[in-house]
Amino acid sequence: MSASAEERNARTPWVLTAPALMLFVGVLLIPLAMTVMLSFHDWGQYKGIEPVFILKNWHEIVTDPYYAEMFGRTFRIAILTTLLTAVLGAPEAYILNRMSGCWKSVFLLVILGPLLISVVARTLGWALLFGGNNGLVNKLLMSAGVIRAPIPFMFTETGMVVALAHVMMPFMVLSVWAALQRLDPQIENAALSLGAGPVTIIRRIIMPQIMPGVLSGAIIVFSLSASAFATPAIIGGRRLKVAATLAYDEFLNTLNWPLGAAVATLLLAALVLIVVGSNALIERRYAEVFR
Amino acid sequence: MAYLELEGVAKQFGAQTVVDDFSLAVGKGEFISFLGPSGCGKTTTLQMIAGFLDPTRGAIRLEGKDLTAIHPAKRGLGIVFQSYALFPHMTAAENVAFGLEMRNVPRGERTERVRAALAMVGLAGYEERHPRRMSGGQQQRVALARALVIKPSVLLLDEPLSNLDAKLREEMQIELRQIQRTIGTTTILVTHDQNEAMSLSDRIVVMSQGRIEQIGTPQETYEKPASAFVSQFLGKTNDFAATIDRTSAPARLIAGSWSAPAPAGRSGAVTISIRPERIDFGDAGLSAKIVTRIFQGNHWLFQCESECGPATVIRQNDGQSQPVEGEAVHLTWRPEDMGVRGAA
Repeated sequence: MSASAEERNARTPWVLTAPALMLFVGVLLIPLAMTVMLSFHDWGQYKGIEPVFILKNWHEIVTDPYYAEMFGRTFRIAILTTLLTAVLGAPEAYILNRMSGCWKSVFLLVILGPLLISVVARTLGWALLFGGNNGLVNKLLMSAGVIRAPIPFMFTETGMVVALAHVMMPFMVLSVWAALQRLDPQIENAALSLGAGPVTIIRRIIMPQIMPGVLSGAIIVFSLSASAFATPAIIGGRRLKVAATLAYDEFLNTLNWPLGAAVATLLLAALVLIVVGSNALIERRYAEVFR
Repeated sequence: MAYLELEGVAKQFGAQTVVDDFSLAVGKGEFISFLGPSGCGKTTTLQMIAGFLDPTRGAIRLEGKDLTAIHPAKRGLGIVFQSYALFPHMTAAENVAFGLEMRNVPRGERTERVRAALAMVGLAGYEERHPRRMSGGQQQRVALARALVIKPSVLLLDEPLSNLDAKLREEMQIELRQIQRTIGTTTILVTHDQNEAMSLSDRIVVMSQGRIEQIGTPQETYEKPASAFVSQFLGKTNDFAATIDRTSAPARLIAGSWSAPAPAGRSGAVTISIRPERIDFGDAGLSAKIVTRIFQGNHWLFQCESECGPATVIRQNDGQSQPVEGEAVHLTWRPEDMGVRGAA
């Protein structure tokens, strides 16, 4: 092969990936870098944004316990949501996988269907059911005399966890479902023939093999919950802020863009660390199952 | 008394009958093969013995006890699956130990038995390997050790060698036979490979469309096929249309220009079948023309066009000169080498 042809071959991958690469750099990397830079700028009520390099915003976030509370709540909600989806979603996927053909597709649609509906609509559904005295469920239970006061749901962390778990459930079910697909269809019969009962089969044979699916589902659910905006904004409102709603308020209400940028950058950095770290742990722990 | 007995066993899925009227008596220590094309019901029968499926009708008895009344986990049968179904998250030793754990075998004895079982299948030193780090043949051995370590009353093998390449399959066949002879476990093998069935089993159950076509030793099923299906399925065979003429005395069986004294019984149109290796080229007999001649090392394979249709002939490569393509020949065989049945 001639030298120029070799050169051309070496250039080809770059030429072919250039459009996607430019899009990636243009709409992701540059805005991201600008947000990070923004977080080091100064801001004042009257002077607006000043393009200088100071650590004021970061100092405020680290020292003011208000922000610690925000981030604490964000990750507490994300962890509880992840646990709830895992506890409910894994059995759900297992049962779904054991259904016969026709029912399987019906229920798969039931599980995935909500993905077609906006998160806002789904969350407002919860608000309609449990929102104060006028919530449908609250009204019914109160008129039936089961409860005296409405069930506290709106503006509570429990409410946010429940609503988020509902929104995130399809991701967990799909992830576990994918792991179940990789299972040898005869594996339960093999364990059965060796004398294992149904509980032992689930605990010793099925669970260890779908664990990678549960964990990768957990990573998706955790990162989506920690950065979720619509559900916390509707259920938690201004009373129970999380990192995402906090950044939004700083940007659009206080107009303190640099502080909002610092909050957003910290959330992103924390999420990247947690996701990459746990992914590495999972891959090492389950190397044999993943191969 | 039979050790394992199946009596009139049938399985229906909705309106479809997958296995029908399956009766078989297996002696202790016997090696039985269920042989048939895919969809003939052989795996379904195996799964009914294992307990993964319940028979629609009929009885399965082990040492006189009703097996269908026992939960599959309590039957104590060893099963090797086509896909091996090893537990990928456990090491080879943990896989083999699982059945013993379920039986609450104390740890010391368990370790010893696992080591012995793995050594028996030639995998000593592989205890800590995970199945996905092993070759197909090694996985197959782990599956065999896992099934045998629990000292099963019956060993069920569901196409265990079909995922191995030809050379390894042959090695495993010999090894499987040796292990089975040594420990004397009653074994049932499901296979669609006639060579495998013939080289391994004491008796073969040939199945087609859910029914038993023939039960017999490998020689019996090969030499004396009970039906056209069996003779076609077990090895190659030539079917010729022939007639038995009882008007002349003595009566003759005539196929083209080949003829022989007629056997007792039938008359009129019949079908005769002869194995390719039993046909010889002679001076007189069925006239034919060689269409293709293929050299296969230890034997020659001839495709001929005869008076009675296409014929396959296999001749040992004994150093003698063989007819060439296009040559006119006469096919001849000994009357006792052919099977005679009613015309199709």
